[in-house]
Amino acid sequence: MAQVKNRLTPFFENITFDREDNELVLNFGPQHPSAHGQLRLMLHLQQEQIVKAHPDVGYLHRGMEKMAENMIYNEFMPTTDRMDYIASSSNNYGFALAVEKLIGLEVPRRAKVIRMMLLEINRLMSHLFWLATTALDIGAMTVFLFAFREREYLMDIIEGYCGARLTHSAIRIGGVPLDIQDTFISQLKTFLDKLPANIKDYEDLLDTNRIWLMRMEEVGTISTEMALSWACTGPMLRASGVAWDIRKEEPYELYDEVEFKVPFSDKGDNFARYRVYMEEMRESAKILYQTIDMYDECVKNNQTELMAHSPKYISASKLDIMTQNYSLMQHFVLVTQGMRPPVGEVYVATESPKGELGFFINSQGGPYPYRLKLRAPSFWHTGILTDLLPGHYIPDVVSIIGTTNIVFGEVDR
Amino acid sequence: MRAYTPKDDVQKKSYYTDRFYVSPQVPKQEVESDEIFAADLAAIKTKFDVLDAYIQVEQMVVFIKPNDNYKVLELLKDELEYTQLSEMSAIDFLAKSNSFEIFYQMLSMNKAKRIRIKMTIENGAAVNSVEKLFRSADWAEREMFDMFGIEANGHPFMKRILMPYDWQGNPLLKTYPLQGDEFAAWYEVDKIYGKEAREEIGPEIRDTARVDRYDSDRFARLGHEVPKGTKITGDEPVVEQTYQEDGGVFLIKKFDKESSVVIDDPQR
Repeated sequence: MAQVKNRLTPFFENITFDREDNELVLNFGPQHPSAHGQLRLMLHLQQEQIVKAHPDVGYLHRGMEKMAENMIYNEFMPTTDRMDYIASSSNNYGFALAVEKLIGLEVPRRAKVIRMMLLEINRLMSHLFWLATTALDIGAMTVFLFAFREREYLMDIIEGYCGARLTHSAIRIGGVPLDIQDTFISQLKTFLDKLPANIKDYEDLLDTNRIWLMRMEEVGTISTEMALSWACTGPMLRASGVAWDIRKEEPYELYDEVEFKVPFSDKGDNFARYRVYMEEMRESAKILYQTIDMYDECVKNNQTELMAHSPKYISASKLDIMTQNYSLMQHFVLVTQGMRPPVGEVYVATESPKGELGFFINSQGGPYPYRLKLRAPSFWHTGILTDLLPGHYIPDVVSIIGTTNIVFGEVDR
Repeated sequence: MRAYTPKDDVQKKSYYTDRFYVSPQVPKQEVESDEIFAADLAAIKTKFDVLDAYIQVEQMVVFIKPNDNYKVLELLKDELEYTQLSEMSAIDFLAKSNSFEIFYQMLSMNKAKRIRIKMTIENGAAVNSVEKLFRSADWAEREMFDMFGIEANGHPFMKRILMPYDWQGNPLLKTYPLQGDEFAAWYEVDKIYGKEAREEIGPEIRDTARVDRYDSDRFARLGHEVPKGTKITGDEPVVEQTYQEDGGVFLIKKFDKESSVVIDDPQR
């Protein structure tokens, strides 16, 4: 995957190195602004070309899987926020769904609609953040400021809902804790109405931008085989020619009721990934419009339930706890001892903004998970750098890391 | 005599369990109930021993012999269209049966199906690396080695991945305490200053909410301010706290609450 097209002539073109084995080892990170976290890349260089890349991770390792084994299920929810902290509701949701599948719980429709809203807002937030930081890495400051402005609006909406901007914990096992606030829909609509024009602004700035194209086109090309072999998922896989979206193929929540397309490309390079992200934002907006209609329907049909009714696993509503003796007793047991899911195993994958976010839970019937494995997409998207970087030049490293969209809270867990 | 606590599983335990409590099971279905899974299982059964197979939460679980893992995954990849190894790791059953359970989570995009291949290995045994089939196993097997100490034979770079290379112990074993062992507690001190500095530096303070009211160097005493480094005796004078300078805030000359506008809508 050597670069041929669109290259600037090297500045030191008249200097030749005599020895073939003249290899330089360069440490990229662990503190590097464009690594988007604590990534250490050991790069073996022949002049400016990378011959061997060795990503080293673990600088943000907090042992979440270990923590999960020592916490009751509800206690672990805020910890999942700290995985992919750019879109934390999607982590909350992945965990909640896994536990719900384990205990076989059906979530009320209104809660499902609110969850979908939160998930898609999180996807938009994550994609906007991706666009902003990647553009900044490449040098497009304007796009960074524009995209961060829009992301800020979304964070305001989320803040109005759950009080937090980054670590939401907005989803509970069995539903959602709260109904959306009065201003939620109107603010969201205002945002969504402006979004197409905003996306067009970014595209006007980037799509024909000579520097952007030079840094993106035919850089970091991932073939379909490579993407499959490295367990790439999400936009990374879709940009490499596989139109696989878990929302479409294994629909959860109400994704089988909404209409959206799965954008994909068969080019596999940075630019293809950029295009997939942009199109996905449009699709997310489409889904959000439909969820607003679904929410209005719920209101019309007077579906007010927000948490599943399952006294063995889920606490009753606040009203019941305060008025019914038995609900209070159950709540006390669930808070002090925790719920005890049945003995069994479950692996549940959801489509987080970065890719397939999977939660594997092995329960032995106790209030603590016996084993919980977090399958974070970024872990493999970092691993693929080993095979992807050789043949590229140092400046390409920055743009490739940018488009892989890795978050280190998720890689190291 | 103190009650005996088993040392092979030091994870948190429920402090109370009803003596008549029987855990329910996540329901398992017969493999025959799903056509695609039944065909896949038949294909595996023609070549390999299958110890157990069932469907649980929409996914097929197949128990195989540990030596067959490479061959089974090869069959799944080449013939049965399970093109992705989403995840693999181990579960520690050392306390129960002195063994680990290894699982391989496979995904077929053409069939939109997921299979979990599981196998049990003895404590201390190694597994065959499947890195040649799926590059994703490269990092997954390293993580398993790091967390459980299970080696993968034929792996090109069997080194720790999340923990430092010179770490001792495997964090996800049930015998490893959540707070870490002695090695973990003194890792940085030992490495940077040497073991003899342990006493001088002292153990790490892990309580983030800790306030030492006798330490005037690092903690402020609201309402009882003293110069930094003062020895606290307990009869310090009370200092009154005021939050505004005399005559209002320095920068704001005339603030008229009536004529000011409060902006509610951030997207105005």
